[in-house]
Amino acid sequence: MPTLFGTPVRRREDARLIRGEGLYTDDVRLPDMVYAAFVRSTHPSARIRVDASAARALPGVLAVFTADDVAGRVGDVPTAWLVPDSGLRTPPRPVLARDVVRYVGEPIAMVVARTRALAADAASAVNVAYEPLPHVTDARAALAPGAPQVHAGVPGNVLFTWHAGDREATDRAFAEAEVEVSLSIRNQRLVPAAMEPRTAVAAPTPEGGLTLWTTSQNPHIARFVLSGMLSLSEQRLRVVAPDVGGGFGSKIPVYPDEAMVAHAARVLGVPVKWTETRSEAFVATIHGRDQVQDVAMCGRRDGTITGIRVRATANMGAYLSLAAPGVPTILFGLIVPGAYRIGAVDVEVVGVATHTTPTDAYRGAGRPEATFLVERLVDTFARRIGMDAAEVRRRNFVPASAFPYATPTGLVYDSGDYAAAMDRALEAVGYEAMRRRQEDLRREGRYLGIGLSTYVEVCGLGPSKVAGAVGFQGGLWESATVRVHPSGKVAVIIGASPHGQGEETTFAQIVADALGAPFEDVEVVHGDTAATPMGWGTYGSRTTPVGGGAVSLAARRVADKARRLAAHLLEAAEEDVVVTDGRYHVAGAPARSLSFADVALQAHLAWRLPDGMEPGLEASAFYDPENFVFPFGCHACVVEVDRNTGEVRILRYVAVDDCGRIINPMIVDGQVHGGVAQGLGQALWEGAVYDESGQLVTASFLDYALPRARLMPHIETLHTETPSPHNPLGVKGVGETGTIAATPAVVNAVVDALAPLGVEHVDMPMTPERLWRILSRAQGRAPEEVRA
Amino acid sequence: MIAEAFDYERADSLEAALAALARRPGAKVLAGGHSLLPLLKLRLAQVPLLVDIDGVGELGGVRVEDGDLVVGALARHRDVADSEAVRRGWTALAQAASHVGDPQVRSRGTVGGNLAHGDPASDLPTAVLLFDGVLTVASGAGLRQVSARDFWLGPFATALGEGEILTAVRMAPLGDRAASAYRKFPHPASGYAVVSVAAAVRLDGEGRVAEARVAVGGATYVPFRAAAAEAAMVGVRPDPPACREAVADLFAGQEPAGDMYASADYRAHIARLYAADALAAAGAAAAAG
Repeated sequence: MPTLFGTPVRRREDARLIRGEGLYTDDVRLPDMVYAAFVRSTHPSARIRVDASAARALPGVLAVFTADDVAGRVGDVPTAWLVPDSGLRTPPRPVLARDVVRYVGEPIAMVVARTRALAADAASAVNVAYEPLPHVTDARAALAPGAPQVHAGVPGNVLFTWHAGDREATDRAFAEAEVEVSLSIRNQRLVPAAMEPRTAVAAPTPEGGLTLWTTSQNPHIARFVLSGMLSLSEQRLRVVAPDVGGGFGSKIPVYPDEAMVAHAARVLGVPVKWTETRSEAFVATIHGRDQVQDVAMCGRRDGTITGIRVRATANMGAYLSLAAPGVPTILFGLIVPGAYRIGAVDVEVVGVATHTTPTDAYRGAGRPEATFLVERLVDTFARRIGMDAAEVRRRNFVPASAFPYATPTGLVYDSGDYAAAMDRALEAVGYEAMRRRQEDLRREGRYLGIGLSTYVEVCGLGPSKVAGAVGFQGGLWESATVRVHPSGKVAVIIGASPHGQGEETTFAQIVADALGAPFEDVEVVHGDTAATPMGWGTYGSRTTPVGGGAVSLAARRVADKARRLAAHLLEAAEEDVVVTDGRYHVAGAPARSLSFADVALQAHLAWRLPDGMEPGLEASAFYDPENFVFPFGCHACVVEVDRNTGEVRILRYVAVDDCGRIINPMIVDGQVHGGVAQGLGQALWEGAVYDESGQLVTASFLDYALPRARLMPHIETLHTETPSPHNPLGVKGVGETGTIAATPAVVNAVVDALAPLGVEHVDMPMTPERLWRILSRAQGRAPEEVRA
Repeated sequence: MIAEAFDYERADSLEAALAALARRPGAKVLAGGHSLLPLLKLRLAQVPLLVDIDGVGELGGVRVEDGDLVVGALARHRDVADSEAVRRGWTALAQAASHVGDPQVRSRGTVGGNLAHGDPASDLPTAVLLFDGVLTVASGAGLRQVSARDFWLGPFATALGEGEILTAVRMAPLGDRAASAYRKFPHPASGYAVVSVAAAVRLDGEGRVAEARVAVGGATYVPFRAAAAEAAMVGVRPDPPACREAVADLFAGQEPAGDMYASADYRAHIARLYAADALAAAGAAAAAG
């Protein structure tokens, strides 16, 4: 029977979004609504005195809140990933700065006024006297003796020190190795820059309750956290995440701002709206990445890799954002071995406080930083032993026969065929011919490069027992209710909160298949804690593998009941009933049949139910996966570096991704496109820069270069399909693979292009000037002297 | 991203606009709003009054008068980029206009606003400088003409005085056996010019350069004409090697500036590459007639 599973059904969410009919938080307009604006620190580190009297006196101003006004009334912003065995310190983070500020953009006061413009004016009228204190924005500098201290309770600015792997075994592997290569890598700070800035509207409800519309990837977590911060029962707090214009991780955390909006609405008794400006978003919303790494790989001349060692310094910013400690540790360190059977792994990460915007999960969250270093090391290793980079990969892949495969870092890869994915990419890109072309062009003095990235990532977060073991202060299961209405229309009500990933479409495909109901009749409901069952949210490429598991189980329960009822109505044995083209009938006797709507109506009328069957047609399921999922693939990138200008031209980009069984190939390709765009962004254009005075100087789209349509290459998307063996749908996540894979593919290609000049590594973003300088230097010196 | 409060007045004639400006010191002219409004929203500028001249019909249009190109201050970038006459006779200007922002900006932003804003990384000043544009400036005292070489004084600083309005820019044709070209190295974020170069070449009967012009933008605080390069081109055949040689001293008397994205050295290097390329392109087009 044909199924919707596997077909490129058009995204149901697109029509409303493209027509401007989406409902974003900023579209929420309520009677008597007033507007909030924040006063934010303009200094990276200072003692402050706040005088709000002038602002309070302005016409149209309803309130100005400072730290004194909220002390004891709004709790601190919590850190909720308490990574164990790391000496983790979680410095308190007040919603409004108390006495000192610790980064440019930290909220100091909140103004509420009758219009947004008045609120902005009043915010400029709040007088903040700054007494500057020493500051430090670079993580390595913050570790130096005598560095300015960000928090009194965090000596040496060390927030945590985390280990994975086996240090002694790795030291032995390095001591015994024939070859050792090392790199110093800067995985630069990025600005998530979702198209929709953060926004919140809070409205009081009777009996001291509150409804909060907010830009969240996880409204249930937002409610859980905010109920604690506001001392408000979850039953009184409704959190709604309507259409959300991109998150990429930046809308996972609960921030001070949303909590303050909620608090103001309770105090003032009227709805309060706050919409982040783009300028605010650059400094007030989390940043991503920002690691400095010293990494090394060892092995034998026959191409066998035997060990990998990582010493990383992670810049956590001024406070530990909600999930931040887990990003450069659990989500980073455990996947360091990548797709390779490397016996000895030793990872140490030091998390450092600095006077910068807090960092947290940004698309990929830790896995891009790990994949980048291992993929760069493999290429460096290959070059050192004079072996082709693809061949070294092939010799070290975890073989297809070895799954489930336990890594030395404690993960168990569920399934994979890494060589098959690489072969597909090599074939598509014409690898051998491309290498010959490279040789030809090199003779002409032109720099063509081919870069591979054979990644594996860990996502589908994750089993709750593992969440507990790694200190994540929540569960990681999902839930779903499949509710059939008397007419046969179906609501799929989920706890997760998709915001662009397409589950309004893919989950409807799954449920329509399971029930034999028309796709058009199935609607997915999400994003409202009053309407949906508990769920932990949409991040870590988990909504389809985990939420889809719950949807699938609930749909099967409904389908089983529908089939039982249909059999009863058809006076047939249940096992004889089949569903063909949406009709329930006895196998081989399609003449007498019932539509799904017929069955649904009978379930609700309950006139002729079999003995013991409950009326109605609805089922819920809670699904906690038994493992993570491990998508993998191979991205191949061909570039030419312009020898005159240093510009990188991407000539080919082939993405082979294996995300298990594919529900909707068009949506999967869309996820890959977006992910690759952000991966290229880090490789070539993006980078958040703080200057000597602690100011973020890339604080607008004039300076911060996001990928533009005109800069993007054509992306050739291909897939292999290796089902995950442990979830009901056989699916893996695909929301982050592009971002994880793309960055090293491009950098490997550029380094490969410049290899004749002796270049071993290039820092990101690989701007034309950076490459031009490498090219210029190389012209004047012998190749072995050149080090990028 | 919310401007401080300001008054707003819509003028329906140049006279009314000048009168409104005269009444309020510090008042600014609003046309397409694509340079001034972002500054106001970022609170980098405050104005007591905005005088909106967008509806002043007499300031629009792109036309050829007595052989000269006259672009009204309210002409949109796309009017210039799409004009057949401009593309044929003032090619570098049409190309520069086609590089401004994106389609929405080009449909809304005005030539006058762009020139009066005085952004050294903007596209149009480089091209206007190439064509020795003459800018017409109106005030209560009447009209005055300012040459492009005297119009831009520094970053965001122009010869426009308090109460004055730029109304049009006039550019003479290059003549027979002549052509021009524009090249730009855009900033990946802003799209503004890291370096922009406009070049024009007029050939003699033998195919040698009778006259060459090179204007460079983005690399210095004010766009400039590269006199040494222009002189070095005269008498040569404008093939790529000759053009490369001619631009060796492109920055004679000038100090290239650097920023976070591109250093002064890199800008100078790119400017020379692009200048040679633009000269060669103009030379080839001139030869092709």
